[in-house]
Amino acid sequence: MLELRNVGAGYGGFQALFDVSLSVKAGEAVAVIGPNGAGKTTLLRAISRLIDASSGDLSMEGQRYNDAPAHEVVALGIAQVPEGRRLFPRLTVEENLKMGAFTPAARVAYRDRLEFVYSLFPRMRERRAQLAGTMSGGEQQMCAIGRALMSQPKLLLLDEPSAGLAPVIVQSIFELVRRIRSEGYTVLIVEQNIQQVLKVVDRGYLLETGRIRASGSAQELFASEDLRKAYLGV
Amino acid sequence: MELFDIFLLEAVINGLLLGGLLALLALGLNLIFGVIDVVWISYAELMMVGMYAIFWMYTEQGASLPLAFAFGIALVAILGAAMHQFIVRPVLSAEPINQLLVTGGVLFFLQAAATVAFGVEFRNIGIRLGGVSVADVNLSIARLIAFTVALAAIVATYLFLNRTYTGTAIRAISQDRAIMPLMGVNAGKVYLLTSAMGGALAGIAACLLVLQYDVHPAIGLSFGPITFLICVLGGLGNLVGGFIAAFIFAQFISVGGYIFKIEWGYVMAFGFFIVMMFIKPEGLFAKRR
Repeated sequence: MLELRNVGAGYGGFQALFDVSLSVKAGEAVAVIGPNGAGKTTLLRAISRLIDASSGDLSMEGQRYNDAPAHEVVALGIAQVPEGRRLFPRLTVEENLKMGAFTPAARVAYRDRLEFVYSLFPRMRERRAQLAGTMSGGEQQMCAIGRALMSQPKLLLLDEPSAGLAPVIVQSIFELVRRIRSEGYTVLIVEQNIQQVLKVVDRGYLLETGRIRASGSAQELFASEDLRKAYLGV
Repeated sequence: MELFDIFLLEAVINGLLLGGLLALLALGLNLIFGVIDVVWISYAELMMVGMYAIFWMYTEQGASLPLAFAFGIALVAILGAAMHQFIVRPVLSAEPINQLLVTGGVLFFLQAAATVAFGVEFRNIGIRLGGVSVADVNLSIARLIAFTVALAAIVATYLFLNRTYTGTAIRAISQDRAIMPLMGVNAGKVYLLTSAMGGALAGIAACLLVLQYDVHPAIGLSFGPITFLICVLGGLGNLVGGFIAAFIFAQFISVGGYIFKIEWGYVMAFGFFIVMMFIKPEGLFAKRR
């Protein structure tokens, strides 16, 4: 579905990604793991076209989209839940969800999608008239994921969904990811919380200082000596 | 002064009517600032252009009044979009002071251009609507119309911002512009549309003012500074704050002008503003970030 070939990207003179190749197939859940500053968020920003790929190819369902403007990426079927959730704090929950359905195709299906998100997260239905900024971190993450699902994406990008949340909530966030998977969504998730994320994905890539250092099934990565030593501390 | 002063009541009502008009102007300026983060110092000059456009269409071209009004509103809306495209967009990432200076330049450019086109004479479209007397209170029909139409335009804008996708995007963009592309929103298009809306609101104000005032190249200065101060008092970018502040200002002008002298109303309003800037520099209703 999503295919990156030898992608490089950065900010101004600073290059953050080198020669990154990865793919996500329909129905898969794939993780990109790695330490802070490895370039994980940059990778998702490049996939969403918030920054330009300085080299290499991005393609979605066989279609190269290196030159598509960022606001047209949603229409390709790629929705992102950005790091730190980034809800519109002074819009209500329902208005935030409405913004997720901004594209013409999504507007047509707005009612159905809203019903789908509310049935997935009943808490959001209870809170629909509340200002998003007044909810707890875990609820905000639900709303942010719901907002991304409103466009009925083929591929859901999740940037550090567990970051900044209390340990108890982190558990429930990964439970949410599991549920989204079981709804048939294809997911690419970027995480520092390696142990947890490897439990909910099929495959993973290890990103270090902007390069892919290892890849394999979740079990393989989990069992890998290097990874255990470097990140899991066991 | 009697206990119940009919003229005081009249002043209060006139203040209320003026408040509606000022609230309309403040809404346009605030809307643009809230979304684009640039203050159009020349906002009232767009309105002045609209007044001349109506005057020209109605008096010199012999168009009907509704047609002249429609022309004025459309022209100022286009002018608003052009203002964004050619003046504001190039300085979007510049220092705020440069943005102020360039829109300030537009103020004097439009003033000078209007002088070239129409001269410095006071012009009017020659329509006097007269007044009505309700329970001994004399009210100007033009002001009543201005108040009603201004409120209707404000309500329509409010509904647009709250009920439509584009309106919701306009409110969202002022809260987090960086992630708008992830929603599939083309921020540039929203900026352009907001600027055209701000222009249209100035165009509506032009229709209402041309029924009450003569047009001259400097008429923008009678409304521009006060509109800006109202927005600052209400908290720049805060639409509700600007609405309330407009009515506070208008009462100072109207009632203050009645109790003392007409000029004193403005002195008091601006004095109040200066004092408030010491007490609450972020505005009465600061924009919550």
